Amino acid sequence: MTAAVERAQDLPRPTTGTPGWLARVNVGKLLTHLSLLILVALWTFPTAGLLISSLRDKDQLAVSGWWTALSTSGTQGVTRIGTAGDQIEEGGKFVIRGNVFGEDTNKSLESFGLSNAAPAAAAAGQSLPMNDGGAITVQSDGSFEWVADTKFTHTRGPRVFYVASIAPRFTIDNYIEVLTAAGVGRSFINSFTVTIPATIIPILMAAFAAYALAWMRFPFRGLIVAVVVGLLVVPLQMSLIPLLSLYNGIANVFGAEDGKTYLGIWLAHTAFGLPLAIYLLRNYMAGLPKEIMESARIDGASHFKIFTGMVLPLSFPALASFSIFQFLWVWNDLLVAMVFLGAQESKLVLTGKLVSLLGSRGNNWEILTAGAFITIVVPLIVFFSLQRYFVRGLLAGSVK
Amino acid sequence: MSDILQQVIGAIFAIAIALGGAVAYFWGTNWLLDKFLATTTQMSGTEITRRDGLRSQIRPWLFLLPALLFLSVYLVYPVIETFRLSFFDKSGTRFIGFSNYLWAVGDGNFQRSILNNVLWLIIVPSFATAFGLVIAVLADRLWWGNIAKSLVFMPMAISFVGASVIWKFVYDYRGEAEHQIGVLNALVTALGLPPQAWITLPFWNSIFLMIILIWIQTGFAMVILSAALRGIPEETLEAARIDGANDFQIFFGIMIPQIWGTIVVVWTTITIVVLKVFDIIFAMTNGQWDTEVLANLMFKWMFVNFDYGRGSTIAVIIMLAVLPIMVWNIRRANAEEGTR
Repeated sequence: MTAAVERAQDLPRPTTGTPGWLARVNVGKLLTHLSLLILVALWTFPTAGLLISSLRDKDQLAVSGWWTALSTSGTQGVTRIGTAGDQIEEGGKFVIRGNVFGEDTNKSLESFGLSNAAPAAAAAGQSLPMNDGGAITVQSDGSFEWVADTKFTHTRGPRVFYVASIAPRFTIDNYIEVLTAAGVGRSFINSFTVTIPATIIPILMAAFAAYALAWMRFPFRGLIVAVVVGLLVVPLQMSLIPLLSLYNGIANVFGAEDGKTYLGIWLAHTAFGLPLAIYLLRNYMAGLPKEIMESARIDGASHFKIFTGMVLPLSFPALASFSIFQFLWVWNDLLVAMVFLGAQESKLVLTGKLVSLLGSRGNNWEILTAGAFITIVVPLIVFFSLQRYFVRGLLAGSVK
Repeated sequence: MSDILQQVIGAIFAIAIALGGAVAYFWGTNWLLDKFLATTTQMSGTEITRRDGLRSQIRPWLFLLPALLFLSVYLVYPVIETFRLSFFDKSGTRFIGFSNYLWAVGDGNFQRSILNNVLWLIIVPSFATAFGLVIAVLADRLWWGNIAKSLVFMPMAISFVGASVIWKFVYDYRGEAEHQIGVLNALVTALGLPPQAWITLPFWNSIFLMIILIWIQTGFAMVILSAALRGIPEETLEAARIDGANDFQIFFGIMIPQIWGTIVVVWTTITIVVLKVFDIIFAMTNGQWDTEVLANLMFKWMFVNFDYGRGSTIAVIIMLAVLPIMVWNIRRANAEEGTR
């Protein structure tokens, strides 16, 4: 197609002179490049923002946009410095020492002051007189020294306001925190626990059914195909309440608390994936050459032999397509996991965990961005390495 | 740590049992069938025919049985049961006729959900399909088109919840005095306008949620439409160009009519996704600030209020909306079956 377009554009157009048509063609091509570039940028920048933010220092992330990640950002802060109890006596003077940043050392103090309205009353290294007596000096690394001639008696530490700059810093600290303290590591394992069996279990079952629907003659075949096609679009919402009751009923029989088990969710995902699996595989198998099947039949091979020896190996691309679909769908699912596995912390899958973090840590973007990236990284790897099969499956699954 | 180990071993065990069980079942039943209905040369002709016929009658059902069992228990039975429950009260014990449906019609949240769902149904499929088509056409003409398509397609792999976090970050709002870290508010303030808490802004917030789904589904539309565009015979396009048609005339006059069938399929597929959309609303607003949709409302009635009757009623209404597309799909599949 591209070649043809270029050929057509190379044809001299009768209306304009030589430099004119050349310019017009280039402008058209340039516009195509530009429009697509803008669209692609629109589609990628939200994800890029998330990834870049997840690697930024959490203090910077909170105060500046990710597009400024490479520049120094400013921040304002306030801290209470020590009370009379912290003072030490040195050469007849009374001194309180500390650091306005606390443990945090990646900031660099530019100025400080004693009221909210004037955080820039004095530059780093200068001194300001204090209400409780004496004067305070704050260095650019945040360390301060409050010196007075008389003994301090105040019981409430006065506040120091400051303006600091944060040098650009990239770190994997956010990931470490999310994986350990925030409990995302556990959810990562849970997601795999749910996804792998739920992807593998339906394959063989669907393949046998698909073969029967594609190559065997029996009554009600058309009806079953129609039901499978119909079930493809049945909203999951229709299944939830009866299945939940069923699971709870079974759990009662066994004396369990509730019906929320890994076995339960594996079987549910298996069943929910079956219509697509059967549909995809049947379409693919039905497209295999009839002659091979018939000659195998004439040679006396049974359906079982033809299926296991010939059709199953030949159907590898369709099996791969379905496996990718099922993997992505189960990994990315939230609804089924919430209903059949529950909201218990130790059983949360990544999507559920991310939702709970949105609720509890909604403003801690260092947690959310890193957590979100961990949930999407596995599907992205699967997607980029197996894109060919994914696209093939999409094409087979929707258009015929 | 030990419970994690237990959990992983359990998963491996389940895979082994499922695979072993499936192989044993399929191999075993076939073996049994061939053994008990075996034919020998000593048998009469009619007996051989009878046994051959019986075997080929039974075998398909052996192949189908596990799948049919799962489909019946997990999909067919629940659909019927949900339908039945929608005529019963909260606990599913007392028949109350159409009361749940009458309640729904009068309920403010339900009306709001229907209105929002209609908006979603109009906006998301049309924009996703249009963007997908435009990107497919543009990408097919450029040498870096495949890279572009890969990048636009990528959100398809991201979970709705992941996408919600990604976009929540774009829509993030800080107080007017603070530095905006969300891209949208940074742009707005750069233009000299006041920043907005987009997610809490009724009506517009629904649009901002829809953008997330459009962002995800455009890749799907693009891939399918791109394949359809490649199916247009080169001669058709060539002929149009020789006749002097410009790019726009070719796009609207030839490409779109040629792939119209595919556009409809893409549209309906996205429509179904939209009808079931739950995760995005649940994660972003949970229906607050007038963003409620049917799927989220159903979840609330089921899991927050534990009213199985009303929950089922809302599910049935989602199902009714899907029904026309389902019937259309089945008819298409049947027509295709006839030509095979």
